[in-house]
Amino acid sequence: MCDCCAKSDLSKLTPVFEAFDGDEHALISILQRAQEIYGYLPVDVLYAIAEKTGNSPAKVLGVATFYTQFRLKPVGKNLILLCKGTACHVNGADSIEKALVEELGVGDGETTDDGLFSIKTVACLGCCSLSPVMMINEDTYGSLTPAKAKDIVRKIRETSK
Amino acid sequence: MKLVFGEGSCGIAAGARKVRAAVEKLVAEDLNAPAARSTSGTGGSPVPAVEIGITGCIGMCYLEPIVDVYDGGTLVKRLVKVQEKDAERIYRAVADGGRGATTLPELADLEISAEDNEFLEKQTRIALRHCGLIDPEDIAAYEAVDGYKAIRKVLAMTPEDVIAEIKTSGLAGRGGAGFPTWFKWNAARNAKGDQKYLICNADEGDPGAFMDRAVIESDPHSLIEGMLIAAYAIGATKAFVYVRAEYPLAIVRLEKALAAAKAAGLLGENILGSGFSCDIRIKAGAGAFVCGEETALIESLEGNRGMPRLKPPFPAEKGYTQAPSNINNVETFANVAWIILNGGAAFAAMGTETSKGTKVFALTGKIKRGGLVEIPMGLTLRDVIFGIGGGIRDGGKFKAVQMGGPSGGCIPEHLLDTLIDYKALGATGAIMGSGGMVVMDSNTCMVNMARFFLDFTAKESCGKCVHCRIGTKRMHEILTRITEGKGKEGDVELLQELCNGIKAGALCGLGQTAPNPVLTTIRYFRDEYDAHIREARCPAHECVALKKFSIDPAKCKGCTMCAKKCPVQAISGTVKQPHAIDQAKCIKCGQCKTVCKFGAVNVM
Repeated sequence: MCDCCAKSDLSKLTPVFEAFDGDEHALISILQRAQEIYGYLPVDVLYAIAEKTGNSPAKVLGVATFYTQFRLKPVGKNLILLCKGTACHVNGADSIEKALVEELGVGDGETTDDGLFSIKTVACLGCCSLSPVMMINEDTYGSLTPAKAKDIVRKIRETSK
Repeated sequence: MKLVFGEGSCGIAAGARKVRAAVEKLVAEDLNAPAARSTSGTGGSPVPAVEIGITGCIGMCYLEPIVDVYDGGTLVKRLVKVQEKDAERIYRAVADGGRGATTLPELADLEISAEDNEFLEKQTRIALRHCGLIDPEDIAAYEAVDGYKAIRKVLAMTPEDVIAEIKTSGLAGRGGAGFPTWFKWNAARNAKGDQKYLICNADEGDPGAFMDRAVIESDPHSLIEGMLIAAYAIGATKAFVYVRAEYPLAIVRLEKALAAAKAAGLLGENILGSGFSCDIRIKAGAGAFVCGEETALIESLEGNRGMPRLKPPFPAEKGYTQAPSNINNVETFANVAWIILNGGAAFAAMGTETSKGTKVFALTGKIKRGGLVEIPMGLTLRDVIFGIGGGIRDGGKFKAVQMGGPSGGCIPEHLLDTLIDYKALGATGAIMGSGGMVVMDSNTCMVNMARFFLDFTAKESCGKCVHCRIGTKRMHEILTRITEGKGKEGDVELLQELCNGIKAGALCGLGQTAPNPVLTTIRYFRDEYDAHIREARCPAHECVALKKFSIDPAKCKGCTMCAKKCPVQAISGTVKQPHAIDQAKCIKCGQCKTVCKFGAVNVM
């Protein structure tokens, strides 16, 4: 690991390790808590978790890359989860994605240069009757049209300034 | 008078909390007003004119936000599609008690229509029996509707008798496979081991299905009670609920319910003084469709990559940490307390020879009335889609219904009279699955639908088996090129060959069924595949690459909007003269159609 990667405040992990002390099956829960703390999973945090849980770094990275919830890069201030489940697909999720890409200039898995927005497509948010749906941070927006989606993003951008 | 807000995820997304906040503000204002203070009794604090409560999801997602008006425990009015701006007049009408609560003529425009009421009246609700009717965050509300009576009854029975009752009911796993529940319980009961585990699969990964989320959000105690009964029957003292991380509200409500049950002595050591102990813990999943497969779920519970194990040994013998384990789905557990209280025979009286009881479906897509529907087995698909769902919305024409998600298939119109029954649905090439029912109209391209599912399965394949990992990727490539008009003669046969290879070569149930969406669309909609491949034509006009945009000179007013918007300058024409599109330059983005105010842009 190079120096530039080793910059996370690892002391924040101490209460997490204490909470799961002795639970050898808690790797996923620990990664979830770590991501809550840092916003993503930095490399040095993964190494620290590997050492503390007695797993190889390869196993920790293997788990972190297997599940869609985990991210190895920081995300923008507003995380847009765009649903591409079956009901949303039938009701035009592709056109919503196109509109968001047009408005933000970035695509799935990317973050805008100003750090305000990240887009991530997900399989199903479980709000199928409101399709097409997207979730921005904690809020769900349903019955979207391309124009409505752009409008929502613009409003958030204005209030974030 | 009491106002109860439907606060499942759908209701909240539609704005239920905003409406409730607006009403609560009015209640508080009135309480603090001098008039309220003077009318209150001496020494007593002022009584609010209207009580506020919450409930879960009633299943009529298309009408959210829903607000119920109760008078002394009786539902007198159901208000639908309520918006923040309606808050004040609802509050004033309901607070004004002198007018006769049942009429409320000033709210007539918000009241549910007789037609929409049929959506509920035509259902038979067992798994969803309390959803949208009780407060999910209040254990007393659950106990008031016979909650935790079944576990009391069970604690006086032998585990064998409990399993026998479930056997009589004919209950089968509602997660997808439809395996008899009693058989799994019995196998786990008979397995040797000091420590046994019970696991609830709430990793509802099937896109288009959300009944498990609704049950946990709306009636978490019925899941807990069902799990306790199962744990008692198999002899498990530790239990897990594996919930998708995408369902934060479900996790919060379940945490609250577990804490309340524990405080009431219904969970933990020596439950109700019976000597039986069981603890339930929540484990949040981290997002992987394959973890819906039971052995992959166990791997994930152990903190590993969720990759399925070879069976046998089955989880009943060697499951979590190699100990005997039993896994059932949320909806399965939600039926259990009802069966114990009403008897297995009452459950088995509903349904067909091979499928007993009721099943919940998530009715979505191009349907008029979408939401959660619970019906007895043995009705037809037509009964559900047209009878309860009201048919296709916006006057569209029914084309197919997709059942069983990525493991299921598309059922065409001529099979709409198929019975809802594990065997009958299986014969169509689809499956009962977990109950996703996505309805499609003539604007949905079936080849693109197959491509959509293979995109999903290719991304979600855990990578363990070559056939699934690479086969689904190759199939996705072939389907993509067909939808782009680059399909070749023989592609359909190649797809079929790959399908058969994956079916034979994949280890887990999800891999083996991944080809189903392709096989069923080829079986019933071969003409659409041929139109794409041979004529470079998409009959549903959905595939972008095969669309052809043109301007109708009779309708075009020459406003120049489309020419200005076109990102590649493919549109030419002079002001007030009909414009034209250069097909060689057109990138089929559809901007011209979006901006045209005269409907002059046609898509072929």
